[in-house]
Amino acid sequence: MSWETVIGLEIHAQLKTHSKIFSGAATTFGAEPNTQACIVDLGLPGVLPVLNNHAVVLAVRFGHAIQAKISKRSVFARKNYFYPDLPKGYQISQYEQPIVGTGQVKILLNDTSNKIIRITRAHLEEDAGKSLHEDYHGLTGIDLNRAGTPLLEIVSEPDLRSPQEASAYARKIHQIVQYLDICDGNMQEGSFRMDANVSIRPLGEPKLGTRTELKNLNSFRFLEKAIQFEVQRQVDLIESGGQVLQETRLYDPNQNITRPMRTKEEDYDYRYFPDPDLLPLEFDPEFINAAVADLPELPDVRCQRLQTAYKLSEYDADLLTSNRVLADYFEEVATICKNSKLAANWVMGELTAALNRNNLEISSSLVNAQALGELLLRIHDQTISGKIAKTVFDAMWQGKGNADQIIEAQGLHQVTDSNAIAQAVDQVIASCPTQVEQFRSGKDKVLGFLVGQVMKLTKGQANPKQVNELLRNKLR
Amino acid sequence: MPYQSIRELANNLRTGQYSSEELTRNFLKRIANINPTLNAFISTTEEIALKQATDADKLLRSNESSNLLLGIPIAHKDIFCTNGVKTSCGSHMLDNFISPYDATVVEKLNRAGAVMLGKTNMDEFAMGSSNETSWYGAVQNPWDLTKVPGGSSGGSAAAVAAGLCIAATGTDTGGSIRQPASLCGITGLKPTYGRVSRFGMIAFASSLDQGGTLTRSVEDAAIMLQVMAGFDPKDSTSVEHPVPNYLDSLDADISGLRIGLPKEYFAANLDSGIADSVTAAIAEYQKLGAKVQDISLPHSNLVVPTYYVVAPAECSSNLARYDGVRFGHRCENPQDLMDLYQRSRSEGFGPEVKRRIMIGTYVLSAGYYDAYYLKAQQVRQLIAKDFEEAFAEVDVIMTPTSPTTAFRIGERMTDQVAMYLSDLYTIAAPLTGLPALSIPTSLVNGLPSGLQIMAKHFEEAKLLNVAHKLQQVTDWHTKMPPKSVIDM
Repeated sequence: MSWETVIGLEIHAQLKTHSKIFSGAATTFGAEPNTQACIVDLGLPGVLPVLNNHAVVLAVRFGHAIQAKISKRSVFARKNYFYPDLPKGYQISQYEQPIVGTGQVKILLNDTSNKIIRITRAHLEEDAGKSLHEDYHGLTGIDLNRAGTPLLEIVSEPDLRSPQEASAYARKIHQIVQYLDICDGNMQEGSFRMDANVSIRPLGEPKLGTRTELKNLNSFRFLEKAIQFEVQRQVDLIESGGQVLQETRLYDPNQNITRPMRTKEEDYDYRYFPDPDLLPLEFDPEFINAAVADLPELPDVRCQRLQTAYKLSEYDADLLTSNRVLADYFEEVATICKNSKLAANWVMGELTAALNRNNLEISSSLVNAQALGELLLRIHDQTISGKIAKTVFDAMWQGKGNADQIIEAQGLHQVTDSNAIAQAVDQVIASCPTQVEQFRSGKDKVLGFLVGQVMKLTKGQANPKQVNELLRNKLR
Repeated sequence: MPYQSIRELANNLRTGQYSSEELTRNFLKRIANINPTLNAFISTTEEIALKQATDADKLLRSNESSNLLLGIPIAHKDIFCTNGVKTSCGSHMLDNFISPYDATVVEKLNRAGAVMLGKTNMDEFAMGSSNETSWYGAVQNPWDLTKVPGGSSGGSAAAVAAGLCIAATGTDTGGSIRQPASLCGITGLKPTYGRVSRFGMIAFASSLDQGGTLTRSVEDAAIMLQVMAGFDPKDSTSVEHPVPNYLDSLDADISGLRIGLPKEYFAANLDSGIADSVTAAIAEYQKLGAKVQDISLPHSNLVVPTYYVVAPAECSSNLARYDGVRFGHRCENPQDLMDLYQRSRSEGFGPEVKRRIMIGTYVLSAGYYDAYYLKAQQVRQLIAKDFEEAFAEVDVIMTPTSPTTAFRIGERMTDQVAMYLSDLYTIAAPLTGLPALSIPTSLVNGLPSGLQIMAKHFEEAKLLNVAHKLQQVTDWHTKMPPKSVIDM
């Protein structure tokens, strides 16, 4: 039987606010345990939450970016459950009336077709603290620094049909929150976390199968692998006559398996009810207009613009706009070097390779956009060849100066003086009679060898196009 | 001295008849003598009190503050967090809790120069109408030591009635200020929801809880409220509504005042003594030129059941933080997390608190939420509408405060329904957020009884004015408990 995979994602994006969602404590990552937890975060008797307005603005911006309806009235609700790192015994979240209603995003599939993924809702909530199980000799340590950090939980419809689609969707959301500058997107630090609801059903069956929820997916790769494993587990289970249990499962990246955490029966009854400590949020259009007034250009629009303005393919434009900093970098390089194709190739080729080798993000590239633009300009104006440019780039990467300084210091100017090139060509013709003979007798391929010899003689500085033409002329 | 008004005391402090320190020492002595009998205080804060008193004396000498509360000894219900002082909320759970911060109300009264004598006894987490659910034991009513003082602010009411402090703070969720005020023969004011900050006031039912005052007179209540009222950025449910000068309007003429008497509150089964006492008070109002008319609040029979869904629901969530993890009672040698939770909470909470947590958990559960909690919130709207319509016709509504005078200690502990009905007349005000106060009327069989007055939202000035007028023409509020108690 063939099976169809059905996936929906819940993404928690930590919002970039200076202070917590309901208290004035700082949200900086990595502080000493419990130094960023004030009396409100600790849930002391008598304390009350006060909403951080900036978190609301950031949520509204996200809603606008996914073309969602922003609810004029939304309500904070208490989600009640006991856990040591949940100080109040409830999490302040939103339930029946979330701030962001239904929206959608477009993802690009491998076959270059597009697919619309519907978003059910996005709501504001506070994060819990952390339970630290190591280093306490059988005890559990509680760090409440993270307690009260604002989160936007983004819930998709079950529109995703493969691990790849799930990953493409997650990347799209990641891209959007970063473009909006509402989340730093740092997955190692837990600023962007994903849960996947996975089920399978016979192809063509309209009814959904029983789903499992996969937790602890903190990279796109793990997301894909966990879903892959889980789909196979469900297929094997059903095909061997078993049934999928509705349960929460934890992904273990070390063994690449998912294992049960709790079943539906063991699941909490969260007893949601409107939080009486917080007034319902009521928006007037002016507030929403002000919140989205200075919204940056969004990835889809930018991708479209890059295709037309720089004559890029959809694939290239999509890749370059995958991240706002990368797209900014590319645009600066392209503007300086006046050759967008060259800029695109270098940013996606040499530059990306160098970043990967050094495990660096584009934002911390050792060669900045202006420097790369100036280097590529020297290819464009034929001061150097593409090949020499790679040498120059390596030197720039090592901090040896800018392109012009390095070209000057190492004498790497391309030789365009036809006399000098002609001399070298003559010299090669004289020293390689066999190859010359072969070429003349119709072996066209040998030309490449002869060009190579000329380049070698000129230390790579001759303009290869000129060398090619001269050789052909002389050997005709 | 213990029965003088704040205004008189303030005058005497300024004319140098005595110092705040002398006044404070006098009250501390009274507490030392009388409190062992009454059990009105959970803790006394002598050191803080004397420090605040000497600070007040400096300001009094330099004439730097005109605040009438400067140097006046008061007490706080032990539900208000007080920095560096045990804040128990009447519970074993918080017997070891020393608050690291002051509630906004405490901070404001401190800033006004009031002197804190100590923290008063109360029903555990404010859940009770007799002060018998306190982990620190029942409080005796100074009028009759075999009787309860009412609750949950029973300690505050008994302390003021017995002259152990001049005024006290209290909180009211279903009648917890007005009912004990009525049973102890004093004045109890529950302001409009949002008038006084709830920050630092340990939550029982967040949408109902409101801080207020227990005082001998309405004028004293006005002086206290003046300091306590106002928007607090730390409490999102406090309201940015201007705070008028409550003393200025106290004496305003009330001729033509329209008084509504809801027929549902004067039903045939109302105790005749209570009915007569209230009728006598209303007759005084008629003499003052007020017009009395019968009104109807048709959903009155739904008030108690609605309250006993909403309040437990919110309490079940508010009390989840007492889990033995960060503060409060923790059981010995927990075996695992579940054991820690179960034993810490089983040992830390008393039976009434547990009962309400269970009711609240039930009414919020999946499958029951719509039938109970949601329905109760809808009924709450209907009750609010009753009052809205009534207030279109009348300026204030008057009712008895409590269906009975103080009952015997132990009498209702085995009959929860009878206990819950103690708050029959006081529950509507918190459910609708309306301000209400209770003032003493004539004694019924030697025990105090109270008149409840309700007004529109944020009309505390009107409420105080109307109540003050009665106290100007009657002496009910000046009656004192037996000498054998107050001269102990």
